[in-house]
Amino acid sequence: MVTDGQARIKHLLLRFKTMSRHAARVPMEEEGWHFQIIGKRMCYIPCSSAEILSDRKEGLPFSPLSPFVGDKGVQAIAVGMGRGTMATSYFNEMYQGDAIRDPYARLESWQREMPAELRSLKQAEAEALFRRIGITFAVYGEGGDPDRLIPFDMFPRVFTHLEWFRLERGIKQRARALNAFLCDVYSRGEIVKAGKVPGKLVYQNEAYEKSVAGIKPSRGVYSHIVGIDLVRTGPDDFFVLEDNCRTPSGVSYMLENREIMMRMFPHLFRQNRIAPVESYPEVLRRTLASVAPQKCEGEPTVVILTPGHFNSAYYEHSFLADMMGVDLVEGQDLFVVGDFFWMRTTECPKKVDVLYRRFDDAFLDPICFRPDSMLGVPGLMNVYRSGGVAIASAPGAGVADDKAIYTFVPEMVRFYLGEEPILNNVPTWQCAKPDELAYVLSKLPELVVKEVHGSGGYGMLIGPRATKDEIALFRQKITEQPENYIAQPTLALSTCPTFVEEGIAPRHVDLRPFCLVGERVELVPGGLTRVALKEGSLVVNSSQGGGVKDTWVLAE
Amino acid sequence: MLSRTAENLYWMARYLERADTMARLIEVGARMHLVPDTTDGYRSEWDSILQASGTSEGFERKYGERVERNIVTYLFFDRDNPSSVASCLASARENARIVRTAITLPVWDALNTAYQQMKQIQRTARSDLEIGELTEWTIKQTALVQGAVENTLLRNDGYDFLNIGIHLERADNTARLMDVKYYVLLPDADYVGSGLDNYQWLTLLRAMQMHRSFHHAYGGEATPTKIVDLLILNPACPRSLRTAIQGATDHLDRLARGYGATSDAQTRVRALLGELSETQVSDIFDEGLHEFLERFVGDVAAIGSEVNKTYLSGARV
Repeated sequence: MVTDGQARIKHLLLRFKTMSRHAARVPMEEEGWHFQIIGKRMCYIPCSSAEILSDRKEGLPFSPLSPFVGDKGVQAIAVGMGRGTMATSYFNEMYQGDAIRDPYARLESWQREMPAELRSLKQAEAEALFRRIGITFAVYGEGGDPDRLIPFDMFPRVFTHLEWFRLERGIKQRARALNAFLCDVYSRGEIVKAGKVPGKLVYQNEAYEKSVAGIKPSRGVYSHIVGIDLVRTGPDDFFVLEDNCRTPSGVSYMLENREIMMRMFPHLFRQNRIAPVESYPEVLRRTLASVAPQKCEGEPTVVILTPGHFNSAYYEHSFLADMMGVDLVEGQDLFVVGDFFWMRTTECPKKVDVLYRRFDDAFLDPICFRPDSMLGVPGLMNVYRSGGVAIASAPGAGVADDKAIYTFVPEMVRFYLGEEPILNNVPTWQCAKPDELAYVLSKLPELVVKEVHGSGGYGMLIGPRATKDEIALFRQKITEQPENYIAQPTLALSTCPTFVEEGIAPRHVDLRPFCLVGERVELVPGGLTRVALKEGSLVVNSSQGGGVKDTWVLAE
Repeated sequence: MLSRTAENLYWMARYLERADTMARLIEVGARMHLVPDTTDGYRSEWDSILQASGTSEGFERKYGERVERNIVTYLFFDRDNPSSVASCLASARENARIVRTAITLPVWDALNTAYQQMKQIQRTARSDLEIGELTEWTIKQTALVQGAVENTLLRNDGYDFLNIGIHLERADNTARLMDVKYYVLLPDADYVGSGLDNYQWLTLLRAMQMHRSFHHAYGGEATPTKIVDLLILNPACPRSLRTAIQGATDHLDRLARGYGATSDAQTRVRALLGELSETQVSDIFDEGLHEFLERFVGDVAAIGSEVNKTYLSGARV
């Protein structure tokens, strides 16, 4: 008779097998993985689990399976192994066994010597600071407190300058390739002609904006702020989960987290040589000004276009406007006269040259896109076409961060830059390809299946958590329209020490750095680290109990 | 400056000032309520507060019976009442949040703290709250915000719009506060000088925190003539109509100079200021205090709409 515990272990092992086959870079044996044949299957399992397995005990400390959710939905799934085994199953960014990894060397004594009272005092202080500054996060349609805070964890996440050096090169490389791709697919489409990317995925993509085909934006930049979501599975193993080429948010947290850490723990900043991130707003302003249209004479007027103060990211919009010293405008503040774009001021209309918009293409111009949009400005696209205004990100940039296109980004790097990609994708199966489709269908209960165009976790199957009916439904949907779906395996996401009730404990983290593309490609040393605060959880979304951390890059 | 930003600053200031006045009105009502009226028993004072604040109908619809407790709830806490202290503070904060970039951290901090504390007060049991404390708290909060504005805000056009908001609202509100007297007691010669009449006038002074200043400025007995002179015509009184209109004029003049263009709002406000500086107390009583105040409130509203037309709606050129 198979007990519940055994069934769960078996289930677990199956998925480790999937991972070991396809995430080839996981250095299995050295990292404490154990090779074993169970039944007819070959599996890698963590040594710690193997011991548990051999004990055949019941009531194992398994946490529920939980998905890892990025902005575009569930990205990967891993298994919470319970308190005892978590540290060995996942790459812990601070502890390796008993040893402490270099970047965290000075943090060990800091957290060890901090009395519990001081810790709760500091935590309360941080919260009060956030609330007073007004960094809150509203979630649409959720009700409750509209001024909810994103939990802030004081334990920083640290990268050495060598780690960062590689990440930086990889991120910039990717940002350049994505922009080259956008320029290409809206003009000659060389990459499609070369057969590297299927034309269907590009030109029939919902995010492909036909109305901007043939328009070359200033300096050939479509995506000026590229947010690249990364996860880590080992010391040198980083995977890109998704690219955000439209309007990635979260940078205000990167800046405010640092501000608050410096205020609360100044001595840490004296002991560690931490690269500053505070130049971001200035670099962003410079980047935006550098893409001013040719018709602009003199110093360009840059504005941020927000959907309004009800938007959950409104704080960020106003924060950036403030830090950059530019106006924060809504659609109602703008109008088109002649070949230019103006904002209403108390004195006289003022010409706007660069528009950093913080909402989707569809709402930009009711004449060109959605006629019911109240957020945009009628006639905007005409002005854009005739070179009267630059829009960041340029309309149509969304096609590059589409899930179906994601798979081809390494190919773009090779095609446009002639380089090998420094950062890898998470292995992805295209259901559009028959052999991969067959594999996906045979492994549905183990995989994460996503709709190519879906976002926010809709239209997605998390195999291990789904019921039989859900799986059956998806099997049918995928069979009907295979090109609409992709699938990904599980990933063992790295953990970083995090303050919890009992002290510190490892929690899963991801990273979103913000790469700026204008006249130059620039990256501020840091990013937003999101952390899943619940034990075993991989959900880092702020709307689902995720928190944020300060992210340090140590100087040489 | 972006028209909408100016508009938000202007309304932030107006709502803040309105919250302050509303608290003062509650104070007036509560104090007058302590002394029985000769004609109508106990109800009419609160009636007059509701009338003067323009919330009478709304209250009627929601509560009907005019019980003090309900009235205070409606005027202080009720978010259904757009003029309640809680609503005004929330609106002021919302306007500030929208233009977070146009105000300084201390200003935002003061306003946001007031808003957060208000939420705590709303959770406190009503039996633990004294009306006097509520009023004092509100007045203190608005003073903190206005102090932060004075001490930290850049003296640019935004500062002018904010101040135009404060002064126009204060002019309107002081006039309304004084008009409470009209509803309590017609300015009938029979009552003038009676003990009750003076008590009510003094209450008004007290609510505006002007009772000490009054004695310094005028001395002797508090007569309606002196009080009307203080609250309407005296340029030394910080809450007088004359001072408020002077303030609005100064800031509209500054704007006109800065932008290099005069406006209709400026013309109107100057006319009103001219009138106030020429007026004698006897002229006001001849016209009738209520009639005078009503006309004044209308004039202030007209200036407000000119400000809106000229600057805040961002008319295309």
